[in-house]
Amino acid sequence: MEIKDIYREIVNEHNLHPSHRGEMENPTKVMAGVNPSCGDKLTLQFRINDDGIIEDAMYTGSGCAVSQASCDMMLDLVIGKTTGEAERLANIFTRMIKGEASPEELEELEESEALEDIAHMPARVKCAVLGWHTMEKLVDGD
Amino acid sequence: MTNLFKKDFPILGDDRYIYFDNAATSQRPRQVTEAVRRFNDETNSNPLRGLYQWSVEATDRYEAARHRVAGFIGAKHDEEIIFTRNSTESLNLIAYSWALDNLTEGDRIVITVLEHHSDILPWQMVSKKTGAVLDYIECDEKGGISDGEIEKKIVPGTKLVCCMEVSNVLGCRLPVEKITSRAHNVGAVTVVDAAQSVPHRPVNVRALGADFLVFSGHKLMAPMGIGVLYAKLSLLENMTPFLRGGEMIESVTRYGAVWAPLPQRFEAGTVNAAGAVGLAAAIDYLEDIGFDTVREREEKLVSLLLDGIRSVPHAEFYGSDDPKDHGGIAAFNIKGCHPHDVASILDTENICIRAGHHCAQPLHDHLGLQSTARASVYFYNDESEAERFIEALKKVRGWLGYGD
Repeated sequence: MEIKDIYREIVNEHNLHPSHRGEMENPTKVMAGVNPSCGDKLTLQFRINDDGIIEDAMYTGSGCAVSQASCDMMLDLVIGKTTGEAERLANIFTRMIKGEASPEELEELEESEALEDIAHMPARVKCAVLGWHTMEKLVDGD
Repeated sequence: MTNLFKKDFPILGDDRYIYFDNAATSQRPRQVTEAVRRFNDETNSNPLRGLYQWSVEATDRYEAARHRVAGFIGAKHDEEIIFTRNSTESLNLIAYSWALDNLTEGDRIVITVLEHHSDILPWQMVSKKTGAVLDYIECDEKGGISDGEIEKKIVPGTKLVCCMEVSNVLGCRLPVEKITSRAHNVGAVTVVDAAQSVPHRPVNVRALGADFLVFSGHKLMAPMGIGVLYAKLSLLENMTPFLRGGEMIESVTRYGAVWAPLPQRFEAGTVNAAGAVGLAAAIDYLEDIGFDTVREREEKLVSLLLDGIRSVPHAEFYGSDDPKDHGGIAAFNIKGCHPHDVASILDTENICIRAGHHCAQPLHDHLGLQSTARASVYFYNDESEAERFIEALKKVRGWLGYGD
């Protein structure tokens, strides 16, 4: 897909009508991430229960449509899953961007799979992975 | 606007791409690449030390380039021109070889909030190492600096004052003469970052009141990797070397060395002679066209860009309302569209612009902007490109899913 198609088919919807954007009450974990090449900032707020399940998650910050949409789709995917599972999916996403993930693994990413072709757009890779890398830092050690 | 220049630039030849990122780097005309080729094909050898004809010729061409640069910016002596990699290296050279030795706790370093990161970070380092205080001259929302602000910040105790001549974000020209004159009145040394002015307007170190002046070759059509530090002889003579090694010594013993005379003392290691030759060729090319032509074309183009941006719904530009005070630069935003997305969309239309903070985060913070998109022209751009750019800009919101 060309970048215009990526916008039209997936990014615009999540950017203009995000499901998980905003402030959360009582998060158990908060993590900020920054894209050094553009200064975009993102803060993730997770509520993780005693069983390690991500009960809810939200994000705030400013960024391009690709980074915001990627983060929104990521949260769609990981809410209800364990932090270990979230970490595993983040690993798949990172490998997808490097062109190293298998078709079976891509399926696990559900909607986020649509960003696969960002791998061919070096200028935008950092935008797509900002939320995922921030989440990896957030769940690290859980 | 007839475009007689594109034929000199192979990369622009087929009109496929609109290159509007000239503030980041310019394109190279054949005249420059040809001068570099001739150096390599006719006389490539290590300058300064050789005892054979090629090296003598390489030295001559390298030193002729130094002389060309000195004349170009009005330096009195060729020895006042030190070749570096770029503006950033030149500024770091000043920081390490002059500022660290001459500033102490409590001294003031004054810079402007418009500066590029390369004219901020070296002074943060000097401030941390010496205890000198780093202070900023503020600007208004259009980039303007008031006389009062200059007098308030450049006060006795100020030892170093640094300012860019033209902003790489807003394109406005800073009141350099007022700033350097005030600096000299309180006994401070001045640094002028001319990276964004040298390609577009005549620059004279004495008229500007610059004790140090820096610029990069690649923004004025020279190859990347060649830059200039101008420094007054009286300052250079008392500075310690920045980098140590080959070519910058008179003699070396086991535990000591005698430095070479100027300018070699500040050019350690094998120099970028081909780059310097390319820079001299670029200066020849630029002066052949003439700064009047350059200014006339850029003002006309920026005027079209600013009017165009005004006509695009939800778009706004930053800086002066006067196209004459834009240095060929139009920074802008389209509401609801992040500059990175704008740049990506324009890229699919083969239009090259820059998006982000343009290495000027403190200025963006000061103006309350997260980031901006930036179109920057040079004399080889033309009206049809400006029109295509504006037409594409009108469609950006649609591509990003907005209904209007």
